[in-house]
Formats: sequence, structure tokens, C-alpha cells
Amino acid sequence: MRIYADNAATTKMSRTAIDAMLPYLDGVYGNPSSLHTVGQEAAEALLHAREQVASCLNATPREIIFTSGGSEADNQALVSAAALGAKKGKKHIISTSIEHHAVLHTLQALEKQGFEVTLLPVDSEGHVTADQVAAAIRDDTCLVSVMYANNEIGTIEPIAEIGKLCREKGVLFHTDAVQAAGHLPIDVQAQNIDMLSMSAHKFYGPKGVGALYARRGIVLTNVIYGGAQERGKRAGTENVAGIVSMAAALEEACGNLEKNAAHMTRVRDTLIEGLLKIPHSALNGSRDNRLPGNVNFCFEGIEGESLLLLLDAKGICASSGSACTSGSLDPSHVLLAIGRKHEVAHGSLRLSLCEENTMEEAEYMLKEIPPIVEYLRSMSPVWKALERGEQQHLL
Amino acid sequence: MALYTDTVMDHFMHPRNVGSIENADGVGEVGNAKCGDIMKIYLKIDDNRITDVKFETFGCGSAIASSSMATEMIKGKTIDEALALTNKEVVDALGGLPVHKLHCSVLAEEAVKSAIQDYYEKNGIEYDKTKFPCEECCESCRMV
Repeated sequence: MRIYADNAATTKMSRTAIDAMLPYLDGVYGNPSSLHTVGQEAAEALLHAREQVASCLNATPREIIFTSGGSEADNQALVSAAALGAKKGKKHIISTSIEHHAVLHTLQALEKQGFEVTLLPVDSEGHVTADQVAAAIRDDTCLVSVMYANNEIGTIEPIAEIGKLCREKGVLFHTDAVQAAGHLPIDVQAQNIDMLSMSAHKFYGPKGVGALYARRGIVLTNVIYGGAQERGKRAGTENVAGIVSMAAALEEACGNLEKNAAHMTRVRDTLIEGLLKIPHSALNGSRDNRLPGNVNFCFEGIEGESLLLLLDAKGICASSGSACTSGSLDPSHVLLAIGRKHEVAHGSLRLSLCEENTMEEAEYMLKEIPPIVEYLRSMSPVWKALERGEQQHLL
Repeated sequence: MALYTDTVMDHFMHPRNVGSIENADGVGEVGNAKCGDIMKIYLKIDDNRITDVKFETFGCGSAIASSSMATEMIKGKTIDEALALTNKEVVDALGGLPVHKLHCSVLAEEAVKSAIQDYYEKNGIEYDKTKFPCEECCESCRMV
């Protein structure tokens, strides 16, 4: 048995996405910039894909820029807003401490260029509030960037409220919607979103393709210079097959959004209820206000990577926020931001679902995970010290 | 997983010498939970020879595999032989570790030394303190 429960890392492409892509790998091979018939066939496909993506967001096609993925879209959004701000002498940016590194590291680069960045703290469930944003906005604030939903703990942020506030204050609002697109409803008009990033492979599309929505009137700064593709704002011959496939995947995901969310929420809640029965464990993120497919736990006394290896041996593909899996000294910045101690953050497990995960799979996982946790605890000096009462339980 | 060699995976999936020893002659614990690895080694020493060894480890796959391998490598050896164990020998015996996991082998070497140091201390045996370099600092190990 193999259970893929790492859909926040990437998803399996849907049949729809693969079928949409194939004709553009095998047949329609033109360059959309070419004048001739072969090229114009590809240009047609691109035009249609742009309409599909725009329609899913309640945007207009010219507001969609195709990129290589979520990271590029995040980079371009932030760099563009910063450049627009700098022109007006506004060099203050507000974001949160739990953003993806595509945002955090871009902000660090902007800090080196003289921008001032305020990273708002989050509560113990990972929420940031519109009030916090309001209190942080200054006369020289040029951008607020808050993720739609967190990739690790699944917490959903109050995007519409923050969007409304930013619109009232005249500050640009960007949201990294990489985990949300295709999974949560998006309406850039109703939610007052100025810029939004997404990545195809998080909603059953292909890797290496994404999109940036930028409201009409926002002048983007190039991250890649060259040809006149994407209205001159993103050079490079378009990944036609990938873009067509992304559009088909997004349309399908948005069409099935409620049905899929309802199913995933049931499986998710079964997993959460089951895992909560493990002593000295804790759910990370909000119990209810979370992505339908996200389950994230800390188990005291064990380390996440060894848990993942043993789960993999049982056919369960998952992920962790331990330092060992991040390749750095520190465990997940998100788990630390919600107040988990280092000791506990190392023992985290993320299960992220798609609509293909079944109740049977959830039951299998609930059968396999507790004994593995118990086994690792049985060889853990940390757990032994907790059991002997030499250290206080944190969970 | 391709991250680890077959030997690492074998020692991770089937760790040798897991557990503790009651009334051990030497116990060494290195690392700290904040950094994500702790190794604890228990020694039974008879006539200058390690007659039994057990370990408990909180850590990643390579930490558990390094503990398992290190305990295998010192079992039945004299104290001097065990003190001569280097992290490189542990890595070689495991068929290699990813660069960012080498600190796990350092931790294993230091856990062995720490347990022997404890034995020396308990028995009032004179020893060269400069040969026990653990700084209790994860950062220094990870720089290796």
C-alpha cells in the first residue's frame, strides 16, 4: 500500500491536466510569438488559458502574468510593489512571520536595498488579524503581503478583511495563495486583492508553471528581462503546454472546490481526532479554520525525520518541519512562530491530503502512526527523561 | 530513500544495542533536544573491556544509525580502542552520510567518549581531559 499524504509539497497531476497538456507537447509546438499559423495556434491556446485562469479568480485576462511558479510570482509581486513604493518615497513593507521563504527571503533582499520590513507575529494558531495590519500601517507603507493559507499548518488568514483595510488605506495588498488556489474560494474583486501568486503543481497541474495576478494599473517590475512576452513583464518563450495544463487544472479544481473540500475535511478531521489520542501530542494550527487537506501535529519526545522514514517504510509519504528535514539548524519557522518550543517543533508531522485520499487510508494511517511514535519514544532519551519526571512535558 | 545508504537504512530500521543498562559503569549523553539530537550511551566495563553497550537516541535517521553503528564498533573492545573511535570511521562503516548529517557521526563519537569519561570519573581514574572535547554545542558539530 502506498498513501501519498504530501500534497502540500506537490500534487499528482489530474487526468484533466495531463490530457490538456498532451496536444501541446505532441502537435501544437509553435512559439506563440510567431506570426505564422503554427505559432498562432499556440498563441490561441495561451489566450484561452489566460481567460480560464482569470475567470477562476474573477480577474480579467490582462491581469494574469504566467510565471515559472509560485516563487517567481511572489518575487515579482514584492519587487514590483517595492519599486512602486520607492518612487513615492514609501519604503515600508508589512508581512507575517509565517510566510513561505519565497516571500521572506525576497523581503530580506529588499531590506538590504533599504526597505524596512515589519513581520507581524501570529497567535498560537497561526492567525494574523486585520487589526494588527491596521496598527502596523504607516504613511510610508507601500505593501502588505499576507499569505492566504499557511503551507505548513494550514491556517487560513482573514484575507478579505485585510484586503478591505489595505484598499481603504491605499496600500497595495499581495497574497501568496499557493496553498489556497484551487482549494479555497478566490475572488480578487470581492476580497480586494491587488496581487496574488499561485503555483500549478499545488492544484493537480504540472510543476514549473504558475501565475501572478496583478490588478490593472499596477506596473510590474521585470524579474526576467528579454523578449516582449507577457506584455513585456516576463521574458521567455511561454511554457505553452504547462500553462494550458495549469488553466485546465485550476478550472477543474475550482469547479469541484466545495465537493473536494467537503471530502477532504472529513478525512482530515478523522485524522485529527485519531492522532489527538496519542498522549503528549498537539495539533498545530487552528482546529477548524484550516485548509481542508492539512493535518499537522507535534509529538513530544521524538524527531520528525526518523518518523518520516519509518512512515515511508509503511508506505505513507508525509513531511515534517524538523531541522533535519529542512537542512538547517532550526526547526520550522512557522512552528516556532506559533510558540512551539524547539524540542517539540523537531517532532512534527504534516499530512496533506488531496481528494483521492480515502477514509480507508486515514484509518490505515491511524493504525500505523501511533505504534511508530511509541517505538521512537521507547528509544528516546528525551522521552525517558520526561517519563521519569526529570523534565516537564511541554505538550 | 536515496538520501541514505543501504547500511544506514539497515541500522536505522534495525538498530543494534537499543536500550539502557541498569547500574551501567559509564553513561554518556551528548547533544541537546533544542538542536534536534540527543545520544545517550550506556557501558558495562569489565577488566578494561566494554562487555556490553546500549544506546538511546532522539534524532533523525542518521543519528539513530550512527548510534547503532558506533555501539557495534566498540562492543567487546578495550577502553583505549573505544577511545580511538573517530566519527570518520563511523561514517565509513555506514558507507557514507550526507554532508549535512555528518554531525550525527560526531555526536556518536562524543557519546562514546562521554560515557568513558563518566566511567573514569565514577572510578576515580586519572585521565587526559583534553581528549574529551565535547563543547555541548550543536553548532560546533555541524561545522564539521
